Amino acid sequence: MSLIDIRGVEKVYEMGAETVRALDGVDIAIEAGEYIAIMGASGSGKSTLMNLLGCLDTPSAGHYQLDGVAVETLDDEALAHIRNHKIGFVFQTFNLLARTSAVKNVELPLIYSGTPRSQRRGRSFRALERVGLADRADHQPNELSGGQRQRVAIARALVNDPSILLADEPTGNLDSKTSEDIMALFDGLHASGNTVILVTHERDIAEHAWRVITLRDGKVLHDELTERGRAGQAGGGGGAAHAARPVVSPDASARPGAPA
Amino acid sequence: MIVGENVLAAIDALRANKLRAVLTTLGIIIGTAAVIAVVSIVQGLQFMITNQLEGVGSTYMQVFPDVGFNQGPGMVARPVELTWNDGLALRQQVPGIRLITPIIAGSKPTRFRDRRHTPDFVFGVSEDYPDVMNHTVDQGRFLSRIDVERRRKVAVVGSEVVEKLRLGQQPIGGEIYVGSLPVTVVGVMEEQGTTFGGNLDDLVIVPFDTALLLFGRDAGDQVQLRLHAANADAVPQVRDGIERVLRNRHGLEDGEPNDFTILLQDEILKSVGAILGGVTATVAAIVGIALLVGGIGIMNIMLVSVTERTREIGLRKSVGARRRDILAQFLVEAITLSLIGGAMGVAAGYGVGQLVAAVIPNWPQAHVPLWAVALAFGFCTLVGVGFGIYPASKAARLDPIEALRFE
Ligand SMILES: Nc1ncnc2c1ncn2[C@@H]1O[C@H](COP(=O)(O)OP(=O)(O)OP(=O)(O)O)[C@@H](O)[C@H]1O
Ligand SMILES: [Mg+2]
Repeated sequence: MSLIDIRGVEKVYEMGAETVRALDGVDIAIEAGEYIAIMGASGSGKSTLMNLLGCLDTPSAGHYQLDGVAVETLDDEALAHIRNHKIGFVFQTFNLLARTSAVKNVELPLIYSGTPRSQRRGRSFRALERVGLADRADHQPNELSGGQRQRVAIARALVNDPSILLADEPTGNLDSKTSEDIMALFDGLHASGNTVILVTHERDIAEHAWRVITLRDGKVLHDELTERGRAGQAGGGGGAAHAARPVVSPDASARPGAPA
Repeated sequence: MIVGENVLAAIDALRANKLRAVLTTLGIIIGTAAVIAVVSIVQGLQFMITNQLEGVGSTYMQVFPDVGFNQGPGMVARPVELTWNDGLALRQQVPGIRLITPIIAGSKPTRFRDRRHTPDFVFGVSEDYPDVMNHTVDQGRFLSRIDVERRRKVAVVGSEVVEKLRLGQQPIGGEIYVGSLPVTVVGVMEEQGTTFGGNLDDLVIVPFDTALLLFGRDAGDQVQLRLHAANADAVPQVRDGIERVLRNRHGLEDGEPNDFTILLQDEILKSVGAILGGVTATVAAIVGIALLVGGIGIMNIMLVSVTERTREIGLRKSVGARRRDILAQFLVEAITLSLIGGAMGVAAGYGVGQLVAAVIPNWPQAHVPLWAVALAFGFCTLVGVGFGIYPASKAARLDPIEALRFE
């Protein structure tokens, strides 16, 4: 069974008289250990999808099975547990607590998992080491560069050893050099066995992944392996057993005025 | 999430906005300060009064001329009198009276050689005074019955007077002037401390009739009588006896009200308690309003805080905070805010109580009982919970993704 299995997922926003179908019947299966980039035009539903995958939001229709559990049946408590233990979420805007040191920011998920105080600092420090920011542990967010802030956010996502890392445009606010550093981090996390799913607008960022899912108007337009993915599969590494094939949504291209 | 974590987070959050926190809790500060100040003052008073009254014992009684007597409508104007002759008649005619003294009090300057001093009190009393008031002599002797009957020019003084007039190591036998009257000091009273009107050690006691020489004949028309029944069981019978004898002597018809008031020790205790209780209750009501206002202030600032920190709440939820974690965080913050206000209020109230006691002469020492402090903090916690629960549950119910998207 797949790690992530979503079927016929829809997300509809009612905006007064208007209804926005942010996701319009999405089916995706993701195996443990995959490295996936989600692409698509602005407004195509990438963030909406990520939020659903991260159990931050619930679909209007359809099913989401995570690790064999039907997410729509879970209550607040169980969802919080999943967000805390299974998923590390990295935001485009970092979302660090202001006036709070890097290491304290990284500690946050440990507080909610009930980790004893004595272990928290050590684990947070090691997470900061993994992202190469141990020397800035006591700096506050406003004393850090954008790239450093994103590393803190990644360390926070990693600190509870989640199996899935979700990142919504993690390099969206960073220059290309810093973006490459951050991507090197994700590459390493994938290599060490994590499932990594990230949203990006940039082709060369997406090329880091093994599989690219392209959305358009809330539907899956393409779902294909990248060069790396093909090479990786040929080499038998990475753990992605998925045989990606291009999916062309029949009505997506037919819709008039749809953004390209 | 453990409480300690929430307390730390709350203190961090409040520290980021110190001035705002203090201003917000002003209502709480004023409320608790008022309780503590009033309770400390009232307790001080009550402590002093009950101490004095309990010292005189349960057989103690007071008789006052009822000065309101003539003010009723349709009353024939007739001077209300209560004289020492009434007192002497009571001593003879009411069985069960063990001790009795009149008291007239006034103020007169005193002089010893070139030293001048105006004591707080000049009393005119009978020889029973020390036993009636449980206030004994320390040196020399008290006034004797002969002194009182013969209107002798003798006096017993308090330690303060000895000091102020520099009567020296051997004050007995000293000739002092009270007003223009020369008197001989025959004794020094034991030290007793302060009461409402002044320092009880700053005192000159002379025989009752001698005092009339000082204050004038008219001063003897309305005196207070203080007495003791032979034992506690005799109190009701003595009371009835006093009423009967005085009504008779004052020529009151049946149906006419008494022109005097008899107070028993436990009644005095009760009425003191009632008055102070009334003061406390009034203040409690005002404090209730202050705490309500304070609570609304806290609710207001917590709502602001929840709105300001919507993204933080979203983030906390996205990394695994449950509803109850967020609820606890903001509730603890509200309670902490309220308790900080409470602590400042207790400190301020204690300061005000001490200040009042220090500034007003002869005011008893302020006394803050532990229960008042516990009560203040208890109420602050209640206010914090009561007014914090709504903002906190509002925060807890936030949808994570909407909170994160909030701008
Ligand atoms: N809370 C909301 N209320 C109403 N409409 C929304 C809401 N969130 C998203 N939408 C709509 O859903 C659609 C998909 O939004 P989404 O944020 O998923 O796009 P995206 O692919 O992440 O775009 P971008 O690349 O610009 O981040 C958009 O048309 C957006 O306007
Ligand atoms: Mg987006």
